[in-house]
Amino acid sequence: MYNFTPISALTGGIIIGCAVILYFYTTGRLAGISGIFANTFTSKANRSSNILFLLGLVLGPLGYFYFSKTPVNFEITNSYFLIIIAGFLVGFGTRIGGGCTSGHGICGISRISVRSIIATVTFIFTGMLTVFILQQFGIYL
Amino acid sequence: MKEKIVSLLSGIIFGVGLVISGMTNPEKVIGFLSITHNWDASLIFVMGGAIIVTAPFLYILRNRNQSSLGFDIKLPKKIDLDKKLIIGSSFFGIGWGLVGLCPGPAVSSIALFEPITLIFLLAMLVGILANKYI
Repeated sequence: MYNFTPISALTGGIIIGCAVILYFYTTGRLAGISGIFANTFTSKANRSSNILFLLGLVLGPLGYFYFSKTPVNFEITNSYFLIIIAGFLVGFGTRIGGGCTSGHGICGISRISVRSIIATVTFIFTGMLTVFILQQFGIYL
Repeated sequence: MKEKIVSLLSGIIFGVGLVISGMTNPEKVIGFLSITHNWDASLIFVMGGAIIVTAPFLYILRNRNQSSLGFDIKLPKKIDLDKKLIIGSSFFGIGWGLVGLCPGPAVSSIALFEPITLIFLLAMLVGILANKYI
């Protein structure tokens, strides 16, 4: 298997789970990031709390890079066309489908929600299909 | 005030988890979605790790009506499968597969000062508003 990092993946996942638990235990809300992001701009309810959560999402990595001095790996397409289409579809799709990798994939599956399991299988499937098609055009080989 | 502090703290912990997991790097996500070529299964371990700690906790708390700070616990009540769930998730998956960014890592990657992710977030906001006003 290529580039496989199970230990850091599992460690990071457990830390993410702890964040979900802390947020749910104290506020009673599930940490679905697409929802928090969307509500920040479209709803007055819990707005300051939503903004602070998003701020934390940025400050956490900033602090981690500062203190751990680990190299930052960030490889992304340089096509602005792809970025704009992708961003739009992620925003539009998560609102129609009611969640993303965190809301459906982590919180929903943890609640054994059938809707979230179906949603997660669906977006992983269309994501894999998209990458497969791009590869046929010579992108992401 | 306490709610604001825990929200910030939850975001910080979530963001640190994302970085350690490697999921802030779109290349890792594309590696997972690339099932037929050089597959990288790491993402399953990220979701699995998060679920194994979250699921038991949510199960224990399943009958609570109020959070520790006194807020009403509101869980999604919908259980029927509808077209919107499938269509929306399909669109999301296509966008995710195009560049390897989903909402959490997209926000966290602001910390990397990569201008391209700001364009992604702006397009994401347009998608959110399009859904709200169409």
